[in-house]
Amino acid sequence: MISQLSWKIGGQQGEGVESTDRIFSTALNRLGYYLYGYRHFSSRIKGGHTNNKIRISTSPIRAISDDLDILVAFDQESIDLNAHELCQDGVIVADAKFNPTVPEGSSAKLFAVPITAIAEELGTSLMKNMVASGASWALLGLPLEVFNKAVEEEFGRKGQAIVDKNVEAVKRGAEYVLELAGGPLERFKLEPADGKEKLFMIGNDAIGLGAVAAGCRIMSAYPITPASEIMEYLIKKLPKFGGTVVQTEDEIAAITMAIGANYAGVRTMTASAGPGLSLMMEAIGLAGMTETPVVIVDTQRGGPSTGLPTKQEQSDINALIYGTHGEIPKIVLAPSSIEECFYDTIQAFNLAEKYQVPVILATDLQLSLGKQSCELLDYSKIVIDRGTLVDEVPEREDGSLFKRYELTENGVSPRVIPGVKNGIHHVTGVEHDESGRPSESPVNRQKMMDKRLGKLDKIQVDNPIHVQAPHQNPDLLIVGMGSTGGTIDQARERLEDEGITTNHITVRLMHPFPVEEIQPYLEQAKQVVVLENNATGQLAGLIKLNAGYSDKLVNMLKYDGTPFLPSEVYSKCLDVHSQAALEKQSGELVKHGNF
Amino acid sequence: MATFKEFRNNIKPNWCPGCGDFSVQAAIQRAAANVGLEPEQLAVISGIGCSGRISGYINAYGLHGIHGRALPIAQGVKLANRELTVIASGGDGDGFAIGMGHTIHAIRRNINITYIVMDNQIYGLTKGQTSPRSAEGFKTKSTPEGSIESALSPLELALSSGATFVAQSFSSDLKQLTALIEEGIKHEGFSLINVFSPCVTFNKVNTYDWFKENITNLDTVEGYDSSNRIQAMTKLMETGGLLTGLIYQNKERKSYEDLVPGFRKEALAGQNPEITAEQFNQLVAEFR
Ligand SMILES: Cc1ncc(C[n+]2csc(CCOP(=O)(O)OP(=O)(O)O)c2C)c(N)n1
Ligand code: SF4
Ligand SMILES: [Mg+2]
Repeated sequence: MISQLSWKIGGQQGEGVESTDRIFSTALNRLGYYLYGYRHFSSRIKGGHTNNKIRISTSPIRAISDDLDILVAFDQESIDLNAHELCQDGVIVADAKFNPTVPEGSSAKLFAVPITAIAEELGTSLMKNMVASGASWALLGLPLEVFNKAVEEEFGRKGQAIVDKNVEAVKRGAEYVLELAGGPLERFKLEPADGKEKLFMIGNDAIGLGAVAAGCRIMSAYPITPASEIMEYLIKKLPKFGGTVVQTEDEIAAITMAIGANYAGVRTMTASAGPGLSLMMEAIGLAGMTETPVVIVDTQRGGPSTGLPTKQEQSDINALIYGTHGEIPKIVLAPSSIEECFYDTIQAFNLAEKYQVPVILATDLQLSLGKQSCELLDYSKIVIDRGTLVDEVPEREDGSLFKRYELTENGVSPRVIPGVKNGIHHVTGVEHDESGRPSESPVNRQKMMDKRLGKLDKIQVDNPIHVQAPHQNPDLLIVGMGSTGGTIDQARERLEDEGITTNHITVRLMHPFPVEEIQPYLEQAKQVVVLENNATGQLAGLIKLNAGYSDKLVNMLKYDGTPFLPSEVYSKCLDVHSQAALEKQSGELVKHGNF
Repeated sequence: MATFKEFRNNIKPNWCPGCGDFSVQAAIQRAAANVGLEPEQLAVISGIGCSGRISGYINAYGLHGIHGRALPIAQGVKLANRELTVIASGGDGDGFAIGMGHTIHAIRRNINITYIVMDNQIYGLTKGQTSPRSAEGFKTKSTPEGSIESALSPLELALSSGATFVAQSFSSDLKQLTALIEEGIKHEGFSLINVFSPCVTFNKVNTYDWFKENITNLDTVEGYDSSNRIQAMTKLMETGGLLTGLIYQNKERKSYEDLVPGFRKEALAGQNPEITAEQFNQLVAEFR
C-alpha cells in the first residue's frame, strides 16, 4: 500500500475539469486524506488547455509533486502535454471518443473509457465529470458510498432525479474502468487516511472566512485575478451579517471607500493584485498619514504591468513595502498556509486598529487559488481587538477639538468615529496637529512624523517567522515565503538523505522586517539560500538590507510563472552546497549564478 | 437643537477675500442647522483644492482626503453609518477631471449622500490652470493661447447617468443655495449640487457679475417641472448649463442602501462585529 498519490485531470477550459476535480477531491477529503491542489489555467475563459492536479496523502503535505500517477484526459492534447509527468507504471484514463493514443516513449497504461458516450446516454454530456471521477475513484479501490454521498450533497438541491442520474454516471464510469483494468489497481491502493475531519479550501476562501470572523462587514473591491474569489465569497456571506460588498469603479475607489468606512468605524477591506495595488498607492499614504486602519489583500501574480495574470509570482514585495510617496508606517504580512490565510486576516484587522495603520496581506497565486487540506479552524482563537477606539468622549469645558492625534508614549492615539458626541476633530492628509488641524510648524512636523513612524517599533505579530531548525550549524539555511514552504520541506528531506543538513525559515512578516528573530539563524548557517518567485531577489534584498550576511546569501529565483518543484529546489540546493565545498577546497571564490 | 453658529469653528479659512467658497461654507452650516442636525451627526468629506479645505472650516466630523477621491471616501462613510448625514465636496477639477470616474459612478450607485461642487471653472489651488469646466478659448497659465478642448457639461452628464437629484446654484444666492442643500440632504439618494463659486484671483472671465448677467434662475421660470427629465435636459441645453435651481429630482428610485438585501437602517458601525460559534460552524461546513 502507498501513502501518497498524484492525480491530474486535463481538458479544455470550461468542459468540466474544475467540477471533476471538485467532486473527486471533496470525496477524498471526507475520507480524511490530505490534499494539495494545483490549478494550471490560461487567461482564456472557454477553451484552451487547462489541468488540475491534486496530490493525495495520508500525512500533511503542502507542495505539488514532480510526478504523476493517474492522468484523466478529456482530449488528446491533455495526454500529449502531460504524459511526460507520469511515472513508469502510471495510468491514463481517457475519453474513448477521441481515440486516445499514448505518446511514443511513454510506458503509461491507457484505459479508454467512453466518458462522453456514457454521459450522453444518461442525458447530457455535462455528466462527463461524474463518469471520469467515478472511474478514478474505482481504480483506487475506495468505497463508493462516500463518493455517492459527496454527489448527493453537490446535487441535492436539484432534486433526487438529478442525484440518481449522477450516481448512475459514477457507477457506470467505475464499472467500465474496472472491467478494463480487471479490478482496482493494487499499485494505487492507498493506506487508509486518519479519518480526522479536515477542511478543504483555497487561500482566498480562508481569507474571506477570516474577514467575516474578524468582524469585517464591508468590502469594496474591483475584480481581478487571482483576488476575485475573496470578493465573491464575501458577496455571499456579508449580507447574512448585516454587511455588504461594493464592486467599485476601480481600485482607487475600492481603497478610498474602505478608508472612509474604516474611518466611520466599520472593519472594511479591499483585495486586489499587482495592478490594483499600484493604483491604490496614493490612498495607502492617506491611510498612513491620517492613521486610519485599513486591510488590503494583495494576491500576487506575474507582473509587471499585466504580466502573467494567471501565473505564480512573488514580485510585489518591494512595491508593497516601499510603495506610496513620503514615509508612512505600514505592516506587510505574508501568510504561508491556508490556516494562516485565515488567522492572519483576523490578525491583520487587529493590527490595523491597534496601530492605526494600513495592513497589507500578501499572498501569492498558488496560495490564493491552490486548494488544500487544512486543519479545522479554531473558533476560540478568534479575537477582535479594536485598539484605542472609544465610544464615549467626556465633554471638554474649553470647547476644544478632540485630540485624535494626541502625542502618546507609544504613538497610538485615542480614536473616535463620526457620530460620537464631543469627539469632533479634523482628519486630513495634510500635516496636522494633535486635533487634526493643518500645521506647517517644523516642530509639529517632526513630532508627528516621529509619532507615526515610531508606532511600529515594538509591533507584536504572532510568529513573524516560522522556524524549522533541527541543526545548530546547518550546511544550508533555506529561507522562503508564501506558498513555497511545503516544497522546501520536501526538498529538505532528500537533502538530509544526502547528508546535507538544512534549516528552514519562512518569513511571514515582511515589514517591519523581523531582524531580531531571523538573525541568529542566519548567523549559524554556513550558507543561506533565499528562494523566491521573482527575478530580482526581493526577499534576499530585505535580508541583506536589514541583517547583512551578503557573503552567505545565494538567490534561488524562479520567475517563469510556475511554482518551484521539490526536485528543482533539491538539485539547486545540491549545486549550491557542492559549489561551496569546491570553494572551500580551492580557496577561491566561485561566483554563484542566479538560478 | 443646534444653530448654524454651532457648525462654526474657530479656524480662519485661508481663502482669498471674496472667494465664492465662503458662501458655500455658510450655506452648508445653515442647511445643517435648518434640517435639525447636531454637529456630530454631520460628516463633511472633501477633496483637494482651495475648495477642499472646506471640511476643516465646519464644526462637524470632517475628512480632507486626496485629490479627486472625496466621493468614494464619503460613500464608505455612509455605508458604515447610515445615521450620519454625509456631504462630499470639492472643486471642479476634483470632481470633473481627476475624480470624474467616481462622480459618474456615485451618481449611478445612488448612495444617500450630498455632493457639492465648488465650480470656478479653473484650478485655484495650483494657481490658475484650465479645468474641464473652462470654456473653449479660455486663457489660463496652461492654455496661454486659449483652451482648445470643449467644456464639460456635468449636469447633462449627471442626467444621462441616472442622477436622482440635480441642482445648481450660485455663491451670491445664499438663500437658494441653502435651500437646495437642505433639499439635497433630505433627498433619499445621491444629490448633486453644482455651485458657481467664483475664483476672484485666477478667473477674470467667469466673475460674479458675469454669472449675474448670464444665469437663468429656475425659481423665476413658470411651469418648470423638476420631475421631468427630458425637460431638464432641454433646459440645460437651452441655457448652456447656466441654469440655477432644482433642475431634476426623481423621488421614486430607492437609494443603494435601501436596495442592498438586508442592509439595516441602523449604523453598521454600531453593530457587534463578533460572530457566534454556531455561525462560525455554519460558515466552515461548506469546506468539509
Ligand atoms: C494626485 C494629485 N495630482 C495633482 C495634485 C495637485 N492639485 C491640487 S488641487 C488641484 C486642482 C484644483 O482645482 P479644483 O479641483 O478645481 O479646486 P479649486 O482649487 O479650484 O477649488 C491639483 C491639480 C494633487 N494634489 N494630487
Ligand atoms: S485662489 Fe480662487 S478659488 Fe482659491 S481661494 Fe482664492 S479665490 Fe478662492
Ligand atoms: Mg476649481
